[in-house]
Amino acid sequence: MERLSRILHRNEFYLAATLVVLAAVIATVNPAFLSLSNLFDLCKSSTVLGIFALGVLIVLLSGGIDISFTAIAAVSMYVTSQILLAASYTGPVIVAFVLAGGLGLLLGLFNAFFISCYRLPTLIVTLGSASVFRGFLLAFIGTKIVTSLPAGMVEFSKRSLFAATSPGGETIGLSTSFLLFIAAAAVVWVLLRYTMLGKGIYALGGNPGAAARAGFNITRLQFFIYGFVGFLSGVAGLIHACMMRNANPFDLVGTELVVIAAVVLGGASITGGRGTVIGTLLGVFLLVMINNSLILLGVPSYWQKVLVGLVIIISTGITARRNPQALHGVVAS
Amino acid sequence: MQDALLDVRHISKRFGGVQALRDVSLTLRRGEIHCLVGENGSGKSTLIKVIAGVCRPDEGEILVDGRGVGHLRPIDAVREGIQVIYQDLSLFPNLTVAENLAINTLIEHGCRWVTPGRIGRVASEAIARLGIKIDLHREVAELSVAERQLIAIARALLQDARLIIMDEPTTALTRREIDSLFRIIRTLQARGISTLFVSHKLTEVLEIGERITVLRNGGKVAEGDTSDFDYGSLVHHMTGREMCRTRGGPGQPGPPLLRVRALCRRDAFDDVSFDLRRGEVLGIAGLLGSGRTELAMSLFGLTPADGGTTEIDGEIVRLSNVHDAMARKVAYIPEDRLTEGLFLEQSIERNMSAADLGSFTRWGGWLDLGRMRQAVGKGMATLGIAAPSTASPVQSLSGGNQQKVVLAKWLMGRAGILILNGPTVGVDVGAKAEIHGKLMELARKGMGIIVISDDLAELACLCRRVLVMHRGRIVDELPMAEANEGSLAARLSDLE
Repeated sequence: MERLSRILHRNEFYLAATLVVLAAVIATVNPAFLSLSNLFDLCKSSTVLGIFALGVLIVLLSGGIDISFTAIAAVSMYVTSQILLAASYTGPVIVAFVLAGGLGLLLGLFNAFFISCYRLPTLIVTLGSASVFRGFLLAFIGTKIVTSLPAGMVEFSKRSLFAATSPGGETIGLSTSFLLFIAAAAVVWVLLRYTMLGKGIYALGGNPGAAARAGFNITRLQFFIYGFVGFLSGVAGLIHACMMRNANPFDLVGTELVVIAAVVLGGASITGGRGTVIGTLLGVFLLVMINNSLILLGVPSYWQKVLVGLVIIISTGITARRNPQALHGVVAS
Repeated sequence: MQDALLDVRHISKRFGGVQALRDVSLTLRRGEIHCLVGENGSGKSTLIKVIAGVCRPDEGEILVDGRGVGHLRPIDAVREGIQVIYQDLSLFPNLTVAENLAINTLIEHGCRWVTPGRIGRVASEAIARLGIKIDLHREVAELSVAERQLIAIARALLQDARLIIMDEPTTALTRREIDSLFRIIRTLQARGISTLFVSHKLTEVLEIGERITVLRNGGKVAEGDTSDFDYGSLVHHMTGREMCRTRGGPGQPGPPLLRVRALCRRDAFDDVSFDLRRGEVLGIAGLLGSGRTELAMSLFGLTPADGGTTEIDGEIVRLSNVHDAMARKVAYIPEDRLTEGLFLEQSIERNMSAADLGSFTRWGGWLDLGRMRQAVGKGMATLGIAAPSTASPVQSLSGGNQQKVVLAKWLMGRAGILILNGPTVGVDVGAKAEIHGKLMELARKGMGIIVISDDLAELACLCRRVLVMHRGRIVDELPMAEANEGSLAARLSDLE
């Protein structure tokens, strides 16, 4: 009984319920929603957004905010594509991932350096570094869209799990990249639940002073957090390039806010310390479903933006009502 | 001394040009409850930091169990069994009780991996050691301050504390919670754990302490068994001044200013009648929930009364909102000045002028900044607010000075009736005496003042009469000429 009431009090419960209800409504209006190809499509669409969201979740939990991750992703995927093309590399895609992840990690550590060593506000640092990364990319690396990607990346984008042929004759399958998203989610889940590092991230977001007094090494924590987010962003950027079949240096601008919105929708507190992987996944799926499936309902695409905004405001409002501290974060003691 | 747990000898510490500690020595025996008192800035916090190893002294040595410990680092202090519970309790509001209890221990053991089961085991042991019952799955943000304090104490015990230093632990507690905290401290004592109780609330210090050390301006000015001290002598040691010469309030009060008859408000107070005269300081005492705060709020129009009459200067008035009250020159200084009375991040000037912007407004709603600045400067001078400039944010001031800003804010509105709720909560003794002096002065100028307070010494010092409220009614009126703190305290404890 107690357990049940605890579940009923959780944000995730309401998110999951909303997700189910929305899916049911869409499916009644347009049964095509439940087709395997559409569901696989939803998974594919949630991959890049989802990996970004996992990174943002970690930053938000630690009481910070990162808006440079899309810039990091753009730099990582574009530079990686350029390097591999210049080297006429045709081997497996893993090298591309290592390269992009490594670049992302470096750029993330750049953020960590300023945040940790100069104690600057995370918003300011990442706002600045986002501009620096993007400007650097366009000024020194290039502005041309790369349309013919290295062979490994092209092949990766075509690969899929359990490929099948639909009654209509088209091949459908779950994109392999979705597996990477699920793996990343599992890693972050384990990190947050079963490691001291994860507890440290929550502790830092809950009460930085107390975290330092308890013996957490705050500098090391912050280097880990921003480095890890950079790594995830690099990987997500590369997946994005593979899916698009091109590397566009102007890409991904403006998606920061959608990602942050998905994480907040998933119950993470914007002021730090609260949020879960499950909630974030639900937030991402909900947002992707609204974005992709309203077309199936015949809702004009501009209205989707309005609806997404309303969903965020209402859901955050409900969270704040049920738990006033979740939004204000600081608890006077 | 053979059973000395901690021996701090001849400690001095300088911060830039400020001598924070000057040749301070302190001896703590095993199982002793020792109180450290002093005004803000007397060096209490620095001494705690030195003992906790957070701050390295310039001179002097620290001995634990008779052994010199040399340069003490925070981790060494913890290993010696010294635990500090800071005022903010150092808890994580977003984590569960279990996680809060276990986290320090797990870090100490250098764990990299944790499971909910392990956290639960560590946490259960912690609460078993303290002998309390609490739901380990609850988030700390949901707990009361008193419960959080228990968590902090339990966490300290888990790290094999032999000395627990509590920095101003009673600040946000109700009387009942303070009693239960004291019971816990005594239980710890029975198990040989010493407590260093740091506070400026002298009544509590006298109640719980076995020995008392008093600091003033970085030096030790007195030390001894609690029986060697009383309230007056402690104040004297802390401030170097005598307290409260004006027992019973200022001279003869004038004609009635406020006449309240059969005032009531559902679920708050009922049938309240009293008079407040010009030049009088009237006290209202009562336990939490007695309706005293609600009464004050009704008189200020925040929560209008349902029935009864209020007369000001012989005229029946309706106080149905704050605007009405302000028009009748009623001013209210709330209990929690930090949240209700001040804009903490804003400048002193903006805070002080906020209640009276109307009088600085010229044609078309423009503010006359010159005149405002002049008035603010005058207000700061009259109340003796110590601040670098009128542009300093209020949050940079000490508690006493913040309270003076609130006072100044309402005085600028030339209040006729001033209602104060806990006017000196969180204010040190020196600033308290000063605020009391100002209140007396205001009364002498013809203002009527109502003081609601838990601090019975304060009421005895300021007021000629004290009304005792209980369950929403005025149950007694004690003239302070004959009654004193003791009889007031007795009357209040009868009610419980």
